[in-house]
Amino acid sequence: MAKRIDVSGLNAYYGNFRAVEDISMTIEPRTVTAFIGPSGCGKSTFLRTLNRMHEVIPGARVEGKVMLDDENLYGANIDPVAVRRTVGMVFQRPNPFPTMSIKENVAAGLKLNGVRNKKVVDEAVERSLRGANLWNEVKDRLDKPGAGLSGGQQQRLCIARAIAVEPRVLLMDEPCSALDPISTLAIEDLIGQLKEQFTIVIVTHNMQQAARVSDRTAFFNLAGVGQPGRLIEIDSTEKIFSNPSVQATEDYISGRFG
Amino acid sequence: METPRDTSAPPSDPQPNQGAASAASHLAGSSPQRGRSSLSDGGNTGRRGDAIFKLASSGSGIALLVIMAAIAAFLTVRAVSAISADHGNFLTTSDWQTQADPITFGIAAIAIGTLISAVVAMVIAVPVALGIALFISHYAPRRIAQALGYVVDLLAAVPSIVFGLWGALFLVPHMIGVNAWLNQYFGWTYIFHQNEPGTQPRSLFTVGIVLAIMILPIITAVSREIFLQVPRAHEEAALALGATRWEMIRTAVIPFGRSGIISASMLGLGRALGETMAVATVLSPSYVINLHILDPAGSTIAQTIANQFGESQGTGRDALIAAGLVLFVITLLVNGAARLIIARRKEYSGADA
Repeated sequence: MAKRIDVSGLNAYYGNFRAVEDISMTIEPRTVTAFIGPSGCGKSTFLRTLNRMHEVIPGARVEGKVMLDDENLYGANIDPVAVRRTVGMVFQRPNPFPTMSIKENVAAGLKLNGVRNKKVVDEAVERSLRGANLWNEVKDRLDKPGAGLSGGQQQRLCIARAIAVEPRVLLMDEPCSALDPISTLAIEDLIGQLKEQFTIVIVTHNMQQAARVSDRTAFFNLAGVGQPGRLIEIDSTEKIFSNPSVQATEDYISGRFG
Repeated sequence: METPRDTSAPPSDPQPNQGAASAASHLAGSSPQRGRSSLSDGGNTGRRGDAIFKLASSGSGIALLVIMAAIAAFLTVRAVSAISADHGNFLTTSDWQTQADPITFGIAAIAIGTLISAVVAMVIAVPVALGIALFISHYAPRRIAQALGYVVDLLAAVPSIVFGLWGALFLVPHMIGVNAWLNQYFGWTYIFHQNEPGTQPRSLFTVGIVLAIMILPIITAVSREIFLQVPRAHEEAALALGATRWEMIRTAVIPFGRSGIISASMLGLGRALGETMAVATVLSPSYVINLHILDPAGSTIAQTIANQFGESQGTGRDALIAAGLVLFVITLLVNGAARLIIARRKEYSGADA
């Protein structure tokens, strides 16, 4: 079910500005890969190229190859809408649809896929909410607005919404940066469970979090303001945090950066 | 006209009277402390500006209520005197005979004419306006969107008499063919049946089309602003679930803008209900109830007032004021209904997101 991602020679642009330069990496199925690096180094931009969300920004474009198993996401006959149904995404700020109830939020993706059968939808809603560790907290108020939940619950609701369509890969863009430590812990536990089914890629500014949740860590950096971001190294999380191959990685991790 | 948006939050506003009273106490309390210590200094922290602003804003609010009450009182007093002189039933009589003896008049025909023309205008204008607004906000390249938005705003600045002249001199002759077609294929719906095919289409349907064009800019402009305010995060949430652009608009944009769309439509409806010159130019008034909207018949309240005001006096004028009161009540009812629709799903409005 989970898929391998194989990126080669990827460049991402905003208009004429190259934000990400020449990235190649392999992400194994059923692992958690963390992207770390200073602000503006292109981690989020690169993450968004993995489900073709980068190009929804006017003027943005991508060069290079992203193979999902044996399909190139940027191939000629690929429909970006279909890509996004296969590669789900959770955003930095919890963004449940404010006009929908908890249940409607989780079912939104199914509805887009044309699933109308009430029984199928109800089962998927329960399964996804259980999967996001939210079921017990909301099972009695599924028809209440999703925007009425706490920030941490909203973020888990967004995760439930993303996994309801059974994607192969789950991308998370700083999913805990707007949450308190307890909610953060809940999400981190959840990531540990989800990796049994999904390939997970998470962008984080919190290095302890990267160390706690990920199997592999990629360090991104940029040479200076206005320069494109580059992948410095990717290795097992243990190695990155104990004995990285590149000096810049060690400087960043130990806080001796810049 | 009062709009749902303008009045949607009165519970959170301070009571005007309390506001004025506490403003006065602020002023009184600040002066004796002057110059004693930096913390107790009331004069330099902007308290006075605060109080003045509070007075000005609550004063404006109260003034509006007073003006509205004065208009309502004036309409009611004059209307009551006219209705008591009426020999017909004011609500069910179609005729408008204020010069005759006995005086007989009623708002049945003109109220229904007003509603029909406004409904026709809404049915045509709202979908088109939403389409234009979505095109400007989500589909068009930026340069085209700006130009189109400017043209739409320009349309709002055209005087209504110009629309009326266009309607009477251009649209009426060109509607003959359209009417014949509608009569032939949709005559069975009753409303598109023509009693006398081929007559000059100075009808409520033609009026509705002119009104639709007139209310298009306001509905478009307001909806466009609402659609542009949809948070990027909600649109991306829909896209990341694998929504196409249209599905994204249906999932994230339209539900978010729902109350704004209703408000925009109400602004348009208010204008359609009250429009005078354009209707008077196109329609030849007749005080009969005719639900065949292609027939040259019917009249609206505002048009009746404009047509008859010059030549009537005394009770005749009061009768027109009574008609004006009915228009006032219709507008209030329509706005109330719209606010109910908005309030029913308030917690889902997205206003706090």
